[in-house]
Amino acid sequence: MMNTMIVFRREMAGYFATPLAYVFIVIFLALSGALTFFAGGFFESDQASLIAFFNFHSWLYLILIPAISMRLWAEERRTGTIELLMTLPVTLAEAVLGKFLAAWAFAGVALALTFPIWLTVNYLGKPDNGVIIAAYCGSFLMAGGFLAVGAFVSALTKNQVIAFVVTAAICFLFIAFGTSVVLNALTEWAPGWLIDFVRSLSFTDHYSAIARGKLDLRDVFYFVSVIVLFLFLNGVAVERSKASS
Amino acid sequence: MIEIDHLTKRFGLIMAVDDISFDVARGEVVGFLGPNGAGKSTTMKMATGFLRPTAGTARICEFDVLEDPLEVKQRIGYLPEGAPMWPDMTSAAFLKFIARVRGFDGAEADDRIRTAIEKTQLAGVLEQPIDTLSKGYKRRVGLAQALLHDPEVLILDEPTDGLDPNQKHEVRELIRGMADGKAIVISTHILEEVEAVCSRAVIIANGRIVADSTPEELLSRAPDHNSVTIRTSNPAAIKAALAGVDGVAAVQDIEENWLSVRPTAGSVVVDAVGAALREKDAPIDELHVERGRLDDVFRQITAKG
Repeated sequence: MMNTMIVFRREMAGYFATPLAYVFIVIFLALSGALTFFAGGFFESDQASLIAFFNFHSWLYLILIPAISMRLWAEERRTGTIELLMTLPVTLAEAVLGKFLAAWAFAGVALALTFPIWLTVNYLGKPDNGVIIAAYCGSFLMAGGFLAVGAFVSALTKNQVIAFVVTAAICFLFIAFGTSVVLNALTEWAPGWLIDFVRSLSFTDHYSAIARGKLDLRDVFYFVSVIVLFLFLNGVAVERSKASS
Repeated sequence: MIEIDHLTKRFGLIMAVDDISFDVARGEVVGFLGPNGAGKSTTMKMATGFLRPTAGTARICEFDVLEDPLEVKQRIGYLPEGAPMWPDMTSAAFLKFIARVRGFDGAEADDRIRTAIEKTQLAGVLEQPIDTLSKGYKRRVGLAQALLHDPEVLILDEPTDGLDPNQKHEVRELIRGMADGKAIVISTHILEEVEAVCSRAVIIANGRIVADSTPEELLSRAPDHNSVTIRTSNPAAIKAALAGVDGVAAVQDIEENWLSVRPTAGSVVVDAVGAALREKDAPIDELHVERGRLDDVFRQITAKG
Protein backbone atom coordinates (compact mmCIF):
# COMPACT_ATOMS: atom_id res chain seq x y z
CA MET A 1 0.00 0.00 0.00
CA MET A 2 2.87 2.28 0.95
CA ASN A 3 4.62 1.51 -2.33
CA THR A 4 1.41 2.06 -4.28
CA MET A 5 1.30 5.58 -2.85
CA ILE A 6 4.95 6.19 -3.75
CA VAL A 7 4.35 5.09 -7.34
CA PHE A 8 1.16 7.15 -7.36
CA ARG A 9 2.98 10.30 -6.29
CA ARG A 10 5.73 9.86 -8.85
CA GLU A 11 3.18 9.41 -11.62
CA MET A 12 1.11 12.34 -10.49
CA ALA A 13 4.18 14.59 -10.36
CA GLY A 14 5.00 13.26 -13.84
CA TYR A 15 1.75 14.64 -15.25
CA PHE A 16 2.46 18.10 -13.95
CA ALA A 17 6.18 18.07 -14.84
CA THR A 18 5.23 18.53 -18.50
CA PRO A 19 2.65 20.77 -20.19
CA LEU A 20 0.54 17.63 -20.70
CA ALA A 21 -1.53 18.15 -17.57
CA TYR A 22 -2.35 21.77 -18.31
CA VAL A 23 -3.09 21.20 -21.99
CA PHE A 24 -5.31 18.29 -21.09
CA ILE A 25 -7.27 20.15 -18.45
CA VAL A 26 -7.81 23.19 -20.65
CA ILE A 27 -9.01 21.10 -23.58
CA PHE A 28 -11.21 19.00 -21.34
CA LEU A 29 -12.89 22.06 -19.87
CA ALA A 30 -13.26 23.79 -23.23
CA LEU A 31 -14.72 20.74 -24.92
CA SER A 32 -17.08 19.86 -22.11
CA GLY A 33 -18.31 23.46 -22.07
CA ALA A 34 -18.74 23.62 -25.82
CA LEU A 35 -20.62 20.33 -25.92
CA THR A 36 -22.92 21.41 -23.12
CA PHE A 37 -23.86 24.78 -24.57
CA PHE A 38 -23.79 24.15 -28.31
CA ALA A 39 -24.47 20.45 -28.86
CA GLY A 40 -26.39 19.88 -25.63
CA GLY A 41 -28.58 22.96 -25.84
CA PHE A 42 -28.12 23.82 -22.18
CA PHE A 43 -30.12 27.08 -22.39
CA GLU A 44 -32.69 25.90 -24.92
CA SER A 45 -33.80 23.03 -22.71
CA ASP A 46 -34.80 25.65 -20.15
CA GLN A 47 -34.27 23.27 -17.24
CA ALA A 48 -32.16 23.62 -14.12
CA SER A 49 -30.28 20.37 -14.68
CA LEU A 50 -26.89 19.27 -15.95
CA ILE A 51 -28.21 16.53 -18.24
CA ALA A 52 -26.86 18.46 -21.22
CA PHE A 53 -23.46 18.49 -19.56
CA PHE A 54 -23.27 14.87 -18.49
CA ASN A 55 -24.82 13.43 -21.65
CA PHE A 56 -21.67 13.94 -23.66
CA HIS A 57 -19.18 12.62 -21.16
CA SER A 58 -18.83 9.19 -22.72
CA TRP A 59 -17.93 10.77 -26.06
CA LEU A 60 -15.65 13.27 -24.43
CA TYR A 61 -13.81 10.48 -22.61
CA LEU A 62 -13.59 8.47 -25.80
CA ILE A 63 -11.14 11.02 -27.15
CA LEU A 64 -9.52 12.41 -24.02
CA ILE A 65 -9.03 9.41 -21.74
CA PRO A 66 -6.81 7.49 -24.17
CA ALA A 67 -4.60 10.59 -24.19
CA ILE A 68 -3.99 10.13 -20.46
CA SER A 69 -3.65 6.37 -20.51
CA MET A 70 -1.53 5.92 -23.63
CA ARG A 71 1.74 6.77 -21.95
CA LEU A 72 1.20 4.80 -18.74
CA TRP A 73 3.15 1.71 -19.79
CA ALA A 74 4.07 2.30 -23.45
CA GLU A 75 6.41 5.08 -22.39
CA GLU A 76 8.04 2.92 -19.70
CA ARG A 77 8.59 0.20 -22.26
CA ARG A 78 9.99 2.55 -24.87
CA THR A 79 12.48 4.26 -22.56
CA GLY A 80 13.36 1.08 -20.69
CA THR A 81 12.37 2.53 -17.31
CA ILE A 82 10.10 -0.47 -16.88
CA GLU A 83 13.28 -2.41 -16.12
CA LEU A 84 14.24 0.06 -13.43
CA LEU A 85 10.74 0.11 -11.94
CA MET A 86 10.33 -3.65 -11.90
CA THR A 87 13.74 -4.27 -10.31
CA LEU A 88 12.98 -1.92 -7.43
CA PRO A 89 11.33 -3.54 -4.42
CA VAL A 90 7.84 -2.84 -5.79
CA THR A 91 5.42 -5.61 -6.69
CA LEU A 92 3.68 -5.77 -10.03
CA ALA A 93 0.30 -5.17 -8.37
CA GLU A 94 1.60 -2.08 -6.57
CA ALA A 95 3.00 -0.65 -9.79
CA VAL A 96 -0.16 -1.35 -11.79
CA LEU A 97 -2.41 0.06 -9.10
CA GLY A 98 -0.27 3.11 -8.36
CA LYS A 99 -0.11 4.10 -12.00
CA PHE A 100 -3.81 3.54 -12.57
CA LEU A 101 -4.83 5.48 -9.47
CA ALA A 102 -2.63 8.40 -10.49
CA ALA A 103 -4.25 8.54 -13.93
CA TRP A 104 -7.69 8.23 -12.37
CA ALA A 105 -7.02 10.94 -9.81
CA PHE A 106 -5.76 13.18 -12.59
CA ALA A 107 -8.95 12.59 -14.59
CA GLY A 108 -10.81 13.33 -11.37
CA VAL A 109 -9.04 16.68 -11.03
CA ALA A 110 -10.08 17.60 -14.58
CA LEU A 111 -13.64 16.56 -13.86
CA ALA A 112 -13.74 18.47 -10.57
CA LEU A 113 -12.59 21.61 -12.36
CA THR A 114 -15.89 21.66 -14.25
CA PHE A 115 -17.49 22.91 -11.01
CA PRO A 116 -18.29 26.38 -12.47
CA ILE A 117 -21.04 24.79 -14.52
CA TRP A 118 -22.52 23.39 -11.35
CA LEU A 119 -22.35 26.86 -9.75
CA THR A 120 -23.97 28.30 -12.90
CA VAL A 121 -26.91 25.96 -12.84
CA ASN A 122 -27.44 26.63 -9.15
CA TYR A 123 -27.36 30.35 -9.83
CA LEU A 124 -29.88 30.06 -12.65
CA GLY A 125 -32.34 27.79 -10.96
CA LYS A 126 -32.96 25.07 -8.41
CA PRO A 127 -31.45 21.84 -9.75
CA ASP A 128 -31.57 18.55 -7.87
CA ASN A 129 -28.03 18.57 -6.45
CA GLY A 130 -28.34 14.94 -5.40
CA VAL A 131 -28.72 13.94 -9.03
CA ILE A 132 -25.76 16.08 -9.97
CA ILE A 133 -23.55 14.48 -7.32
CA ALA A 134 -24.63 11.01 -8.49
CA ALA A 135 -23.87 12.02 -12.07
CA TYR A 136 -20.41 13.24 -11.09
CA CYS A 137 -19.80 9.89 -9.35
CA GLY A 138 -21.02 8.03 -12.42
CA SER A 139 -18.84 10.08 -14.71
CA PHE A 140 -15.82 9.48 -12.51
CA LEU A 141 -16.50 5.74 -12.44
CA MET A 142 -16.84 5.67 -16.20
CA ALA A 143 -13.54 7.52 -16.54
CA GLY A 144 -12.00 4.78 -14.38
CA GLY A 145 -13.40 2.13 -16.73
CA PHE A 146 -11.97 3.85 -19.77
CA LEU A 147 -8.64 4.36 -18.02
CA ALA A 148 -8.35 0.71 -17.01
CA VAL A 149 -8.91 -0.33 -20.63
CA GLY A 150 -6.34 2.26 -21.69
CA ALA A 151 -3.77 1.14 -19.11
CA PHE A 152 -4.10 -2.43 -20.33
CA VAL A 153 -3.71 -1.47 -23.99
CA SER A 154 -0.75 0.76 -23.13
CA ALA A 155 1.05 -2.24 -21.66
CA LEU A 156 0.69 -4.11 -24.96
CA THR A 157 2.81 -1.74 -27.02
CA LYS A 158 5.83 0.55 -26.94
CA ASN A 159 4.08 2.99 -29.25
CA GLN A 160 1.85 5.62 -27.66
CA VAL A 161 -0.02 6.38 -30.87
CA ILE A 162 -1.00 2.74 -31.24
CA ALA A 163 -2.04 2.71 -27.60
CA PHE A 164 -4.23 5.78 -28.20
CA VAL A 165 -5.94 4.46 -31.31
CA VAL A 166 -6.56 0.95 -29.99
CA THR A 167 -7.87 2.25 -26.67
CA ALA A 168 -10.23 4.62 -28.45
CA ALA A 169 -11.45 1.77 -30.67
CA ILE A 170 -12.14 -0.55 -27.73
CA CYS A 171 -13.83 2.20 -25.76
CA PHE A 172 -15.92 3.02 -28.80
CA LEU A 173 -17.20 -0.55 -28.77
CA PHE A 174 -18.09 -0.22 -25.10
CA ILE A 175 -20.08 2.89 -25.91
CA ALA A 176 -21.58 1.58 -29.14
CA PHE A 177 -23.05 -1.49 -27.42
CA GLY A 178 -25.58 0.76 -25.80
CA THR A 179 -26.57 2.78 -28.86
CA SER A 180 -29.76 2.19 -30.79
CA VAL A 181 -27.73 1.51 -33.95
CA VAL A 182 -26.21 -1.64 -32.53
CA LEU A 183 -29.28 -2.69 -30.59
CA ASN A 184 -31.62 -2.23 -33.56
CA ALA A 185 -29.28 -4.22 -35.77
CA LEU A 186 -29.49 -7.03 -33.23
CA THR A 187 -33.27 -7.04 -32.74
CA GLU A 188 -33.78 -8.35 -36.29
CA TRP A 189 -32.37 -11.74 -35.48
CA ALA A 190 -30.76 -12.06 -32.07
CA PRO A 191 -32.51 -13.65 -29.09
CA GLY A 192 -33.57 -11.31 -26.32
CA TRP A 193 -30.96 -12.46 -23.83
CA LEU A 194 -28.15 -11.62 -26.25
CA ILE A 195 -29.50 -8.12 -26.75
CA ASP A 196 -29.74 -7.66 -23.01
CA PHE A 197 -26.24 -9.00 -22.59
CA VAL A 198 -24.78 -6.65 -25.20
CA ARG A 199 -26.63 -3.73 -23.72
CA SER A 200 -25.41 -4.63 -20.24
CA LEU A 201 -21.80 -4.44 -21.45
CA SER A 202 -22.25 -0.86 -22.51
CA PHE A 203 -20.62 1.94 -20.55
CA THR A 204 -23.33 4.40 -21.51
CA ASP A 205 -26.18 2.22 -20.29
CA HIS A 206 -24.75 1.98 -16.78
CA TYR A 207 -23.53 5.54 -16.81
CA SER A 208 -26.82 7.12 -17.86
CA ALA A 209 -28.62 5.11 -15.18
CA ILE A 210 -26.36 6.68 -12.55
CA ALA A 211 -26.47 10.11 -14.24
CA ARG A 212 -30.24 10.16 -13.96
CA GLY A 213 -29.74 10.04 -10.23
CA LYS A 214 -30.22 6.36 -9.61
CA LEU A 215 -27.00 5.32 -7.91
CA ASP A 216 -27.70 1.60 -8.24
CA LEU A 217 -25.06 -0.66 -6.71
CA ARG A 218 -25.25 -2.93 -9.74
CA ASP A 219 -24.09 -0.12 -12.00
CA VAL A 220 -21.29 0.77 -9.60
CA PHE A 221 -20.34 -2.89 -9.41
CA TYR A 222 -20.25 -3.02 -13.21
CA PHE A 223 -17.63 -0.27 -13.46
CA VAL A 224 -15.63 -1.66 -10.56
CA SER A 225 -15.51 -5.08 -12.21
CA VAL A 226 -14.46 -3.56 -15.54
CA ILE A 227 -11.64 -1.76 -13.74
CA VAL A 228 -10.54 -4.85 -11.82
CA LEU A 229 -10.67 -7.07 -14.90
CA PHE A 230 -8.63 -4.73 -17.07
CA LEU A 231 -6.10 -4.00 -14.33
CA PHE A 232 -5.60 -7.73 -13.96
CA LEU A 233 -5.05 -8.01 -17.72
CA ASN A 234 -2.75 -5.01 -17.40
CA GLY A 235 -0.59 -6.96 -14.95
CA VAL A 236 -0.49 -9.97 -17.24
CA ALA A 237 0.47 -7.76 -20.18
CA VAL A 238 3.30 -6.09 -18.23
CA GLU A 239 4.62 -9.47 -17.14
CA ARG A 240 4.60 -10.67 -20.73
CA SER A 241 6.10 -7.49 -22.12
CA LYS A 242 9.24 -7.83 -20.03
CA ALA A 243 10.51 -10.60 -22.26
CA SER A 244 10.52 -8.30 -25.26
CA SER A 245 11.88 -5.12 -23.74
CA MET B 1 26.60 -13.69 -2.12
CA ILE B 2 25.54 -14.04 -5.72
CA GLU B 3 24.87 -17.53 -6.93
CA ILE B 4 23.96 -17.92 -10.56
CA ASP B 5 22.59 -21.42 -10.72
CA HIS B 6 22.18 -22.98 -14.16
CA LEU B 7 20.41 -19.94 -15.54
CA THR B 8 18.87 -20.53 -18.94
CA LYS B 9 16.77 -18.26 -21.12
CA ARG B 10 15.27 -19.12 -24.44
CA PHE B 11 13.53 -16.56 -26.66
CA GLY B 12 11.56 -18.62 -29.15
CA LEU B 13 14.18 -20.65 -30.97
CA ILE B 14 17.09 -18.54 -29.78
CA MET B 15 19.05 -19.76 -26.80
CA ALA B 16 20.07 -16.43 -25.28
CA VAL B 17 21.55 -17.84 -22.09
CA ASP B 18 22.47 -21.48 -21.95
CA ASP B 19 23.01 -23.02 -18.53
CA ILE B 20 25.24 -20.41 -16.90
CA SER B 21 26.50 -20.93 -13.35
CA PHE B 22 28.95 -18.94 -11.27
CA ASP B 23 29.24 -17.54 -7.75
CA VAL B 24 30.44 -14.18 -6.58
CA ALA B 25 31.73 -13.82 -3.02
CA ARG B 26 31.85 -10.74 -0.79
CA GLY B 27 34.77 -8.52 -1.76
CA GLU B 28 34.91 -9.72 -5.34
CA VAL B 29 34.48 -7.51 -8.37
CA VAL B 30 33.60 -9.73 -11.27
CA GLY B 31 33.84 -8.53 -14.84
CA PHE B 32 31.16 -10.13 -16.95
CA LEU B 33 32.43 -10.12 -20.50
CA GLY B 34 31.34 -11.24 -23.87
CA PRO B 35 30.71 -10.05 -27.39
CA ASN B 36 27.51 -8.09 -28.03
CA GLY B 37 24.55 -10.44 -27.99
CA ALA B 38 26.37 -13.06 -25.92
CA GLY B 39 23.72 -12.96 -23.19
CA LYS B 40 25.29 -10.64 -20.61
CA SER B 41 22.31 -8.35 -20.18
CA THR B 42 19.83 -11.21 -20.29
CA THR B 43 21.72 -12.95 -17.49
CA MET B 44 21.71 -9.78 -15.41
CA LYS B 45 18.02 -9.23 -16.03
CA MET B 46 17.29 -12.70 -14.73
CA ALA B 47 19.56 -12.30 -11.69
CA THR B 48 17.80 -9.07 -10.71
CA GLY B 49 14.33 -10.57 -11.05
CA PHE B 50 13.25 -8.64 -14.12
CA LEU B 51 13.15 -11.59 -16.50
CA ARG B 52 11.85 -15.00 -15.57
CA PRO B 53 14.39 -17.68 -16.50
CA THR B 54 13.38 -20.57 -18.75
CA ALA B 55 15.30 -22.80 -16.33
CA GLY B 56 17.63 -22.43 -13.37
CA THR B 57 17.61 -19.63 -10.83
CA ALA B 58 19.77 -17.08 -9.08
CA ARG B 59 20.25 -16.56 -5.36
CA ILE B 60 21.23 -13.25 -3.83
CA CYS B 61 22.33 -13.38 -0.18
CA GLU B 62 20.66 -16.80 0.06
CA PHE B 63 17.33 -15.52 -1.28
CA ASP B 64 15.99 -17.18 -4.39
CA VAL B 65 15.01 -14.65 -7.01
CA LEU B 66 12.02 -16.73 -8.09
CA GLU B 67 10.73 -17.40 -4.59
CA ASP B 68 11.56 -14.15 -2.79
CA PRO B 69 11.85 -11.52 -5.51
CA LEU B 70 11.25 -8.63 -3.09
CA GLU B 71 13.98 -9.75 -0.67
CA VAL B 72 16.33 -10.02 -3.62
CA LYS B 73 15.40 -6.63 -5.04
CA GLN B 74 15.97 -4.98 -1.66
CA ARG B 75 19.52 -6.31 -1.53
CA ILE B 76 20.57 -5.43 -5.06
CA GLY B 77 21.65 -2.14 -6.52
CA TYR B 78 21.08 -2.47 -10.22
CA LEU B 79 22.06 -0.25 -13.09
CA PRO B 80 20.19 -1.52 -16.15
CA GLU B 81 21.76 -1.31 -19.58
CA GLY B 82 21.72 2.26 -20.87
CA ALA B 83 20.78 3.61 -17.40
CA PRO B 84 17.08 4.18 -18.16
CA MET B 85 15.43 6.91 -16.05
CA TRP B 86 12.28 9.01 -16.24
CA PRO B 87 13.35 11.91 -18.45
CA ASP B 88 11.02 14.56 -17.00
CA MET B 89 12.12 14.11 -13.40
CA THR B 90 14.91 16.16 -11.91
CA SER B 91 17.82 14.22 -10.45
CA ALA B 92 16.77 15.33 -6.98
CA ALA B 93 13.16 14.17 -7.42
CA PHE B 94 14.36 10.94 -8.95
CA LEU B 95 16.71 10.12 -6.07
CA LYS B 96 14.01 11.05 -3.59
CA PHE B 97 11.63 8.63 -5.27
CA ILE B 98 14.26 5.89 -5.14
CA ALA B 99 14.89 6.59 -1.45
CA ARG B 100 11.16 6.29 -0.69
CA VAL B 101 10.80 3.07 -2.63
CA ARG B 102 13.82 1.74 -0.77
CA GLY B 103 11.96 2.44 2.45
CA PHE B 104 13.85 5.51 3.70
CA ASP B 105 12.03 8.48 5.12
CA GLY B 106 12.76 11.89 6.57
CA ALA B 107 16.27 12.57 7.77
CA GLU B 108 17.55 9.13 6.87
CA ALA B 109 16.38 9.56 3.28
CA ASP B 110 18.10 12.95 3.08
CA ASP B 111 21.24 11.40 4.49
CA ARG B 112 21.27 8.55 2.01
CA ILE B 113 20.63 10.87 -0.88
CA ARG B 114 23.39 13.23 0.23
CA THR B 115 25.89 10.38 0.49
CA ALA B 116 24.96 9.05 -2.94
CA ILE B 117 25.26 12.53 -4.43
CA GLU B 118 28.69 12.99 -2.88
CA LYS B 119 29.94 9.64 -4.11
CA THR B 120 28.82 10.32 -7.66
CA GLN B 121 29.56 14.07 -7.64
CA LEU B 122 26.12 15.12 -8.76
CA ALA B 123 25.73 18.23 -6.65
CA GLY B 124 25.69 20.66 -9.57
CA VAL B 125 22.87 19.14 -11.58
CA LEU B 126 20.26 18.20 -9.00
CA GLU B 127 17.57 20.56 -10.15
CA GLN B 128 17.89 19.75 -13.85
CA PRO B 129 15.50 17.37 -15.57
CA ILE B 130 17.36 14.14 -16.29
CA ASP B 131 16.50 14.63 -19.94
CA THR B 132 18.81 17.63 -20.19
CA LEU B 133 21.86 16.00 -18.60
CA SER B 134 24.93 14.89 -20.51
CA LYS B 135 25.54 11.20 -20.93
CA GLY B 136 28.16 11.19 -18.20
CA TYR B 137 25.86 12.84 -15.68
CA LYS B 138 22.97 10.55 -16.60
CA ARG B 139 25.15 7.53 -15.98
CA ARG B 140 26.18 8.98 -12.63
CA VAL B 141 22.55 9.56 -11.64
CA GLY B 142 21.95 5.92 -12.54
CA LEU B 143 24.87 4.89 -10.35
CA ALA B 144 23.65 7.08 -7.48
CA GLN B 145 20.30 5.29 -7.74
CA ALA B 146 22.01 1.90 -7.54
CA LEU B 147 24.18 2.90 -4.56
CA LEU B 148 21.61 4.78 -2.56
CA HIS B 149 20.66 1.98 -0.18
CA ASP B 150 24.27 0.82 0.19
CA PRO B 151 23.38 -2.65 -1.12
CA GLU B 152 25.40 -5.77 -0.47
CA VAL B 153 25.19 -6.73 -4.11
CA LEU B 154 25.78 -4.41 -7.05
CA ILE B 155 24.94 -5.43 -10.57
CA LEU B 156 26.00 -2.83 -13.11
CA ASP B 157 25.30 -3.32 -16.80
CA GLU B 158 27.95 -1.41 -18.75
CA PRO B 159 28.49 1.32 -16.13
CA THR B 160 31.08 3.19 -18.20
CA ASP B 161 29.49 2.85 -21.63
CA GLY B 162 29.56 6.16 -23.46
CA LEU B 163 31.67 8.02 -20.90
CA ASP B 164 34.80 9.96 -21.71
CA PRO B 165 38.15 8.73 -20.34
CA ASN B 166 38.01 10.99 -17.27
CA GLN B 167 34.51 9.89 -16.39
CA LYS B 168 35.44 6.26 -16.94
CA HIS B 169 38.30 6.71 -14.54
CA GLU B 170 36.02 8.26 -11.91
CA VAL B 171 33.45 5.49 -12.19
CA ARG B 172 36.14 2.85 -11.92
CA GLU B 173 37.59 4.55 -8.84
CA LEU B 174 34.11 4.57 -7.36
CA ILE B 175 33.60 0.88 -8.02
CA ARG B 176 37.02 -0.02 -6.69
CA GLY B 177 36.35 2.02 -3.57
CA MET B 178 33.19 0.08 -2.83
CA ALA B 179 34.56 -3.38 -3.46
CA ASP B 180 35.16 -4.22 0.20
CA GLY B 181 32.14 -5.80 1.77
CA LYS B 182 30.13 -6.04 -1.41
CA ALA B 183 29.77 -8.48 -4.23
CA ILE B 184 29.91 -6.59 -7.51
CA VAL B 185 29.29 -7.71 -11.06
CA ILE B 186 29.93 -5.34 -13.92
CA SER B 187 29.33 -6.20 -17.52
CA THR B 188 31.50 -4.57 -20.08
CA HIS B 189 33.17 -5.14 -23.36
CA ILE B 190 36.04 -2.82 -22.53
CA LEU B 191 38.89 -5.09 -21.55
CA GLU B 192 41.09 -2.46 -19.95
CA GLU B 193 38.25 -2.05 -17.47
CA VAL B 194 38.63 -5.63 -16.37
CA GLU B 195 42.32 -5.14 -15.68
CA ALA B 196 41.58 -1.87 -13.91
CA VAL B 197 38.84 -2.92 -11.49
CA CYS B 198 38.03 -6.62 -11.59
CA SER B 199 39.42 -9.35 -9.41
CA ARG B 200 37.90 -11.95 -11.68
CA ALA B 201 36.54 -12.21 -15.19
CA VAL B 202 33.73 -14.41 -16.44
CA ILE B 203 33.63 -14.52 -20.21
CA ILE B 204 30.58 -15.76 -22.08
CA ALA B 205 29.95 -16.34 -25.75
CA ASN B 206 26.77 -17.55 -27.37
CA GLY B 207 25.10 -17.86 -24.00
CA ARG B 208 27.73 -20.11 -22.46
CA ILE B 209 30.64 -19.49 -20.09
CA VAL B 210 33.90 -19.92 -21.97
CA ALA B 211 36.28 -18.68 -19.28
CA ASP B 212 36.12 -17.91 -15.55
CA SER B 213 39.40 -16.76 -14.17
CA THR B 214 41.56 -13.90 -12.85
CA PRO B 215 42.69 -11.24 -15.30
CA GLU B 216 46.30 -12.37 -14.70
CA GLU B 217 45.55 -15.94 -15.57
CA LEU B 218 43.68 -14.83 -18.69
CA LEU B 219 46.64 -12.72 -19.70
CA SER B 220 48.90 -15.71 -19.42
CA ARG B 221 46.86 -17.30 -22.18
CA ALA B 222 47.88 -14.56 -24.58
CA PRO B 223 50.09 -15.90 -27.35
CA ASP B 224 52.82 -13.37 -26.57
CA HIS B 225 52.57 -13.54 -22.77
CA ASN B 226 56.03 -13.31 -21.16
CA SER B 227 57.72 -13.14 -24.53
CA VAL B 228 60.71 -10.78 -24.73
CA THR B 229 60.82 -8.13 -27.40
CA ILE B 230 64.23 -6.86 -28.40
CA ARG B 231 65.34 -3.99 -30.63
CA THR B 232 68.80 -4.46 -31.97
CA SER B 233 71.09 -3.33 -34.76
CA ASN B 234 72.30 -6.89 -35.32
CA PRO B 235 69.49 -9.46 -35.27
CA ALA B 236 71.72 -12.24 -36.49
CA ALA B 237 74.05 -11.91 -33.48
CA ILE B 238 71.10 -12.04 -31.09
CA LYS B 239 69.68 -15.12 -32.73
CA ALA B 240 73.04 -16.81 -32.51
CA ALA B 241 73.45 -15.83 -28.86
CA LEU B 242 70.03 -17.19 -27.91
CA ALA B 243 70.31 -20.49 -29.72
CA GLY B 244 70.08 -23.28 -27.20
CA VAL B 245 69.18 -21.09 -24.17
CA ASP B 246 66.88 -22.92 -21.74
CA GLY B 247 63.21 -21.98 -22.00
CA VAL B 248 63.46 -20.25 -25.36
CA ALA B 249 61.05 -21.84 -27.79
CA ALA B 250 61.65 -19.63 -30.80
CA VAL B 251 63.13 -16.32 -31.88
CA GLN B 252 61.01 -14.56 -34.47
CA ASP B 253 61.49 -11.44 -36.57
CA ILE B 254 58.65 -9.01 -35.95
CA GLU B 255 59.91 -6.28 -38.24
CA GLU B 256 63.26 -4.85 -39.19
CA ASN B 257 65.56 -4.79 -36.14
CA TRP B 258 62.81 -6.08 -33.86
CA LEU B 259 62.84 -9.62 -32.52
CA SER B 260 60.42 -11.53 -30.35
CA VAL B 261 61.70 -14.27 -28.11
CA ARG B 262 58.94 -16.76 -27.35
CA PRO B 263 59.28 -18.80 -24.18
CA THR B 264 58.28 -22.43 -23.87
CA ALA B 265 54.89 -22.80 -22.21
CA GLY B 266 54.74 -21.45 -18.69
CA SER B 267 58.36 -20.36 -18.37
CA VAL B 268 59.81 -16.93 -17.76
CA VAL B 269 62.83 -16.32 -19.93
CA VAL B 270 63.77 -12.72 -19.45
CA ASP B 271 66.58 -13.50 -16.98
CA ALA B 272 68.06 -16.26 -19.10
CA VAL B 273 67.82 -14.14 -22.22
CA GLY B 274 69.48 -11.18 -20.52
CA ALA B 275 72.30 -13.33 -19.17
CA ALA B 276 72.94 -14.98 -22.52
CA LEU B 277 73.03 -11.65 -24.34
CA ARG B 278 75.39 -10.05 -21.82
CA GLU B 279 77.68 -13.03 -22.03
CA LYS B 280 77.90 -12.81 -25.83
CA ASP B 281 77.96 -9.01 -25.66
CA ALA B 282 75.21 -8.80 -28.29
CA PRO B 283 74.08 -5.28 -29.17
CA ILE B 284 70.69 -4.39 -27.59
CA ASP B 285 68.95 -1.04 -28.03
CA GLU B 286 65.79 -1.93 -26.16
CA LEU B 287 64.36 -4.94 -24.34
CA HIS B 288 61.05 -5.49 -22.67
CA VAL B 289 58.76 -8.27 -21.52
CA GLU B 290 55.29 -8.52 -23.07
CA ARG B 291 52.39 -9.06 -20.69
CA GLY B 292 50.09 -10.06 -23.46
CA ARG B 293 46.86 -8.33 -24.31
CA LEU B 294 43.44 -9.26 -23.00
CA ASP B 295 41.99 -8.29 -26.36
CA ASP B 296 43.89 -11.13 -27.97
CA VAL B 297 42.78 -13.58 -25.31
CA PHE B 298 39.20 -12.38 -25.59
CA ARG B 299 39.18 -12.82 -29.34
CA GLN B 300 40.82 -16.19 -29.09
CA ILE B 301 38.32 -17.44 -26.51
CA THR B 302 35.10 -15.99 -27.88
CA ALA B 303 35.75 -16.64 -31.56
CA LYS B 304 36.06 -20.38 -31.04
CA GLY B 305 32.38 -21.05 -30.61
